[in-house]
Amino acid sequence: MPDIDIVTPIRPTPALPLRSRLAPLLMPHRLVMAGLALAALAAIITKMDWSWLPGYLPKIGHGLLVTLALLASSVAAGFALALPLGAVQVTGPAPLRWLANGFCTVIRGTPLLLQLWLIYYGLGALFAQFPEIRGSWLWPYLRQAWPYGFLTLTLSFAAYQGEVIRGAFAGVPRGELEAARAFGMPRLMVFRRVWFPRAVHRALPTLAGEIILQLKATPLVATITVTDLYAVITRVRQATYLTYEPLLLLIAIYLCLSGTLTLALRWLEGRVPSGR
Amino acid sequence: MNDATPAVEIRDLHKHFGRLEVLKGISLTARPGDVVAVIGGSGSGKSTMLRCINMLETPSAGEIAIHGEAYAMRRTRGGLEPADRKQLQRIRAQLGMVFQNFNLWPHRTVLGNVIEVPVQVLGMPRDEAVARARQVLDRVGLAEKEDAYPAHMSGGQQQRCAIARVLAVEPLAMLFDEPTSALDPELVGEVLNVIRDLAAEKRTMILVTHEMGFARDVASHVVYLKDGRIEEQGPPEQLFGDPHSPHLQQFIRSIA
Ligand SMILES: Nc1ncnc2c1ncn2[C@@H]1O[C@H](COP(=O)(O)OP(=O)(O)OP(=O)(O)O)[C@@H](O)[C@H]1O
Ligand SMILES: [Mg+2]
Repeated sequence: MPDIDIVTPIRPTPALPLRSRLAPLLMPHRLVMAGLALAALAAIITKMDWSWLPGYLPKIGHGLLVTLALLASSVAAGFALALPLGAVQVTGPAPLRWLANGFCTVIRGTPLLLQLWLIYYGLGALFAQFPEIRGSWLWPYLRQAWPYGFLTLTLSFAAYQGEVIRGAFAGVPRGELEAARAFGMPRLMVFRRVWFPRAVHRALPTLAGEIILQLKATPLVATITVTDLYAVITRVRQATYLTYEPLLLLIAIYLCLSGTLTLALRWLEGRVPSGR
Repeated sequence: MNDATPAVEIRDLHKHFGRLEVLKGISLTARPGDVVAVIGGSGSGKSTMLRCINMLETPSAGEIAIHGEAYAMRRTRGGLEPADRKQLQRIRAQLGMVFQNFNLWPHRTVLGNVIEVPVQVLGMPRDEAVARARQVLDRVGLAEKEDAYPAHMSGGQQQRCAIARVLAVEPLAMLFDEPTSALDPELVGEVLNVIRDLAAEKRTMILVTHEMGFARDVASHVVYLKDGRIEEQGPPEQLFGDPHSPHLQQFIRSIA
């Protein structure tokens, strides 16, 4: 079975004195690049039309919240789902193994957009046919678009992460499990105390990248009428007839989000004791 | 049970891996306080024999008893398998094993590794387990290291932690599988010293080793395995001083 590539967390380099940290930035070609970037930024701010921005800020903020909520909830739920998906593929009985494997293969092998539409239009239409569902307390939610967006994103994250978890389970050194058995641990305890925590730990380093991929997948929900950040910006463009300014803002926001996420997860990783 | 009850008794043990017969009828007794050193060439079946004692490998035939209690086994197509999980787990918890590659649990600290089995398997209250763990860590010279993670320690320290993990369960017998083979030469001594102390305390051990000088020093009984059989056994002076088997003579010469 292929082992996943486990990146040992990079040890934080000891803080250098400020001067020697700045020195590499002061090389001539870097100064030129920085100058160009500043000039571009100045041009963007002064030459372009940003008059619409203050009026739309609340809407953009709301869109940002929707995006973040979808990201966080689908990552959390997807990860929770990925754990059994991965575990079952390594230890489960054959039928469960095939089922989990099939699920991951199908989800990973088809476009997310397609899944989104199938679930939104397919499931949505299906639900509407059952009076029991239409009458239930869930219906006010199921009539909206976001539950379908959440479900699709969750399933997608679970499938990708499930594959990572499967590799992480398979990659836990046999000897660690053997030691647990040799000391008389029952099977379930071996799983709970050694195998499972070790697998999660081994899966963590790739999680950062997967979350950022997931962030970049969220705009698809705009196609099923969820007003996430991307949808809000699209509306701005339609209302203001501006082409570039809203898109530049969008890029800046996504960049900030993924940058923040990367830093946060790297910090988190550094705090978890590393394996071997 | 009196003191004469063997701590470990192996009767006519056979083990096949597929069509390869690795153990061809081994009988061995370790009484309480015995230090049995197992020597032999690579592939002679030393590890397999040791791993049968705590059923990490299941025998194809034969019987194994720990402190007079034989494993309940049931017949399968290929050989035998443990028939009573509860008994298996209970007996295993009384046998400590030290592995060539340490096999510490890297997500737990030194202390976490040492209290794991007492707390989780033996149901000992945590405080008590911690107190006992500190004692055994002190014995192996790791008192300062209880909060360290295995990955941040030298091989010698990791192996001493693994020995502490075994001591914490107060085992009836300790099983060592080449405990110093994975260590850098300069770290071998610190681990051997710990084992030597344990031997001096009359702890029952079965020790697979390539360190002939050490075996000669600490063992009360030496067993030479050759192609899955015990070719010669006896007290160390006799086995190393006056070996009968030509294979053993050659083996000792090749190692020395
Ligand atoms: N799980 C296994 N499946 C198949 N063959 C095995 C297995 N484990 C061991 N063997 C074979 O059994 C034989 C004995 O192996 P064992 O590990 O017991 O030898 P050893 O005396 O411990 O050797 P070494 O000194 O190299 O550790 C070897 O030929 C080995 O290839
Ligand atoms: Mg071996």
